[in-house]
Amino acid sequence: MGRVIRSLRSFGAFWYDFVIGDDWHVAAVVVAALALTALVVHVAGVNAWWLLPLCVIGALAWSLHRATAGRS
Amino acid sequence: MNALPLILTVFVACAVEAIEALTIVLASGLTRQWRSTLQGMAVALAVLAVVVAVVGPTITLLPLGALRLIVGALLAIFGLQWLRKAILRATGYKALHDEASAYLREVAAAKQAPVSSRRGVSDWYAFTLSFKGVLLEGLEVVFIVITFGDNQRNLGAAVIGAAAAIVVVAATGIAVRAPLSRVPENALKFAVGIMLTSFGTFWGAEGAGVSWPGSDAALLVIVPAVAAVSLGCVAWLRRGRAVAAANAEPAAPAEAPPAHAPSAHAPSAEASPARAGSADASPAEHAPSSEGMVR
Repeated sequence: MGRVIRSLRSFGAFWYDFVIGDDWHVAAVVVAALALTALVVHVAGVNAWWLLPLCVIGALAWSLHRATAGRS
Repeated sequence: MNALPLILTVFVACAVEAIEALTIVLASGLTRQWRSTLQGMAVALAVLAVVVAVVGPTITLLPLGALRLIVGALLAIFGLQWLRKAILRATGYKALHDEASAYLREVAAAKQAPVSSRRGVSDWYAFTLSFKGVLLEGLEVVFIVITFGDNQRNLGAAVIGAAAAIVVVAATGIAVRAPLSRVPENALKFAVGIMLTSFGTFWGAEGAGVSWPGSDAALLVIVPAVAAVSLGCVAWLRRGRAVAAANAEPAAPAEAPPAHAPSAHAPSAEASPARAGSADASPAEHAPSSEGMVR
């Protein structure tokens, strides 16, 4: 039983690292931005093509700031 | 959309992964035994081919909107990871990935492991080392091939790009019989990160219901915009390091005795991003986090 749980854990950890990577905040921002875009497009009827690129750029800058803050 | 950008993007992305797999295969083959190494590689390639053959066509059963939303999100997240890592390496906040030192590490480990035969394989260590290396690097290739190929409804073109990259890297590796350490790996990863992020943003937004101004031509603006922002981030971080170094410099001579004071022309960590990366990144590299994992 313990071996199965260990295997499942390492399987999950592999896929987490493969997809999410070093900073889960980036993944969270991308998913939230896509949900917000869908909401704005389908509910408000606004063609918000600019929203996702802005969030992607913001996520990159934020992640880099978090990784480098206090390390210069 | 023309198949050429698709083939080129997949080619460059897969070449980077193939170079990393080649380093492991060479270390195993030259140090241990070629027969078991090639067996491990062949089994890994067969597993990857089955994954592409099963998952590739299955994903195309999804409606295009849902496919683009899911794949776009995954590609944007994946691309941002590559871009983040490439920017941190370019600015010295993370050690540059060095194929030569990775090769030496694998060789040292391979020399120490005992030889044992199992399940018809004469050197089990060489087999598993080669199998794991090719499978793990290959999974990223498969991910890129399937996401790009399915989204463009042109899996064949994506497979051609990946196969060409693997053939070119393998042929070069066979010719030089050494890890391809002169390939500007970080620059390639930087470029691939830009492409994955751009395509992920484009497809993800389309999947969410957006109509891009200019349709596919919007990519001609998105790709350069992501590249410009990324280069801007590199400049911003380099400037931050330079300012921090300039602020720290006046204190150094006062602390050291005059006879042993470091020369102003001595190579400092700040002068060389690669050197700075090795020194600066070491605590983080050894921290028990996924940051230290080589992708």
